[in-house]
Amino acid sequence: MKLSPSAKVGGVMLGVFVLAGLLGPLIAPYDMSVVHDTTKEAFQGSSGTHWFGTDSNGRDTLSQLLWGARKALVLSVIVVAISSTIGLTVGTVAGWFRGWVDEVLMRLVDILMSFPGILLNIAIVAVVAKPGLGVIVLALCANGWVGYARVARGQVLALRERDYVTAAVSLGASNRRVMWRHLLPNLMGPAIVQMTFGFGGVILVEAALAFLGLGPQLDYTWGAMLDQARQLIFLTDWVVTYTLVPGVAIMWVVLGANLLGDGLRDYLDPRQRGRG
Amino acid sequence: MFLLRRLASGALAILGVSILTFLLLHMVPGDPVDHLAGGEATVEQRQKIEKCMGLDKSLPAQFITFLGHIVDGTLGHQCPDPKGKPTVAARIFAALPHTALLAVAGMIVAILFALPLGIIAAIRRGSWVDTLATTTALSGIAIPQMMFAPLLVLVFFATLAWFPGPTETGFAALVLPAFAVGTHLMAMLARMTRSSLAEVLGEDYVRTARAKGLPEGRVILVHALRNALLPVITIIGLQFGSLLSGAIIVENVFSRPGLGSTLLSAILERNYPVVQGTVLVIATIYVLVNILVDVAYGFVDPRIRHQ
Repeated sequence: MKLSPSAKVGGVMLGVFVLAGLLGPLIAPYDMSVVHDTTKEAFQGSSGTHWFGTDSNGRDTLSQLLWGARKALVLSVIVVAISSTIGLTVGTVAGWFRGWVDEVLMRLVDILMSFPGILLNIAIVAVVAKPGLGVIVLALCANGWVGYARVARGQVLALRERDYVTAAVSLGASNRRVMWRHLLPNLMGPAIVQMTFGFGGVILVEAALAFLGLGPQLDYTWGAMLDQARQLIFLTDWVVTYTLVPGVAIMWVVLGANLLGDGLRDYLDPRQRGRG
Repeated sequence: MFLLRRLASGALAILGVSILTFLLLHMVPGDPVDHLAGGEATVEQRQKIEKCMGLDKSLPAQFITFLGHIVDGTLGHQCPDPKGKPTVAARIFAALPHTALLAVAGMIVAILFALPLGIIAAIRRGSWVDTLATTTALSGIAIPQMMFAPLLVLVFFATLAWFPGPTETGFAALVLPAFAVGTHLMAMLARMTRSSLAEVLGEDYVRTARAKGLPEGRVILVHALRNALLPVITIIGLQFGSLLSGAIIVENVFSRPGLGSTLLSAILERNYPVVQGTVLVIATIYVLVNILVDVAYGFVDPRIRHQ
């Protein structure tokens, strides 16, 4: 069977985001480091020179969008890489060894899942004394690995009953060899689906934290743009564009990730087709 | 038995949440006292903060005090300056009803829009209504509240002036925040209702009901929907968290009092006991709601209870 059209659309949407992240700072029409005369250049509307206008500092909105794409891409790649590594390891170990190891690890997963949405992320960012990019990564990974662990454990519980695993164990393969060579490669499919969804999730949470004014005050991230828009919401005409530009960008990535993730899941497991 | 087991695992989760919330202050790099006192704090100032937060005692002793404050229901006192301020619990429970109201209003909005949308989409699969419903649901899941909530303010308050805006109170002022909070849940529920009902409509007992000559409306609303709603109820429970964390953003946009704004202002004041308390209370509510949903599920579907 082939990948569904909506999955392809999602793939293209994510592709555009990755390209914008890679090339953004190079193709951005304006340099972000230039200090502008705010009395003349701030709060401009859409024009030929500034397609989406400028912000309170007179900086070009389109350029901020493109620089923001770079930040979002870097952050989501780091967080997805760390979370999936931790999660897949924990899930594989729990599912393979079972017993108390499984019990302890899964209780930890349950506890982390008892914090709804961004609450734990907020709590971590809030208590750290010196917020930097590392804090955001820590906060996002702290519960980000849980989803991967559940996926990996579920897969391993099914895989461990397979004949080839029994064969490997009978031949004297060590636990480590079974996990690395026989289990991990076979659970990569569902893991990649989870990673695809993860991209959207990371960007959404990072933007929410920045929007609430928590964590490092990084310049020109999409969340920081939304925060600026909210603070100046009384400037009605200007703020519509300045809210829509980063907002639609976030929505674009999340939608692309969801479409591609859904499509990949159906592709890998046709029985799940059309379900929630 | 089912109920007992569920309650036990819930209690375990809440205990775990309390331990984690307690450790939060101690695990993270950096000294919270440094964070609070700033660079030039005198020794006395530092000691005062340490004493207020109980940081001068050993870790196990601190944890026992923390548990004691949970048991006696005060959740401790506010720091750095407790004088003349209500206990942590009093501050949190003053905010709680506002968030509860917002979450319930958001849930009502979600259910009111999601069920008809999902039902029509399931009955008329492949039609333009279905396409519309599916697209709405997908956008609702992907739309960031940080954009949607301000846009609601801009369109329905600033431009059209149909509804009251931020900081206002009263029933009408609840409408926009409820929509902002409920959209995500609405999208999830519409999706779930559609796929679940579409599946159920293919079952034998639905064909039997139709064969008996029952009117189509009755077949769908009574026979099919009742069974199709089971997974939908689960989603309501699982996604209740989205209402609570959504409330943090929406309360911020609409300048409404509530758990979210209490949490945020406590963070700004660096009032750590209140931060801890609020996190604990929100997580506990979430766990309790999920137990409630599981129990409700067990009542609707007796098979669950015997698993």
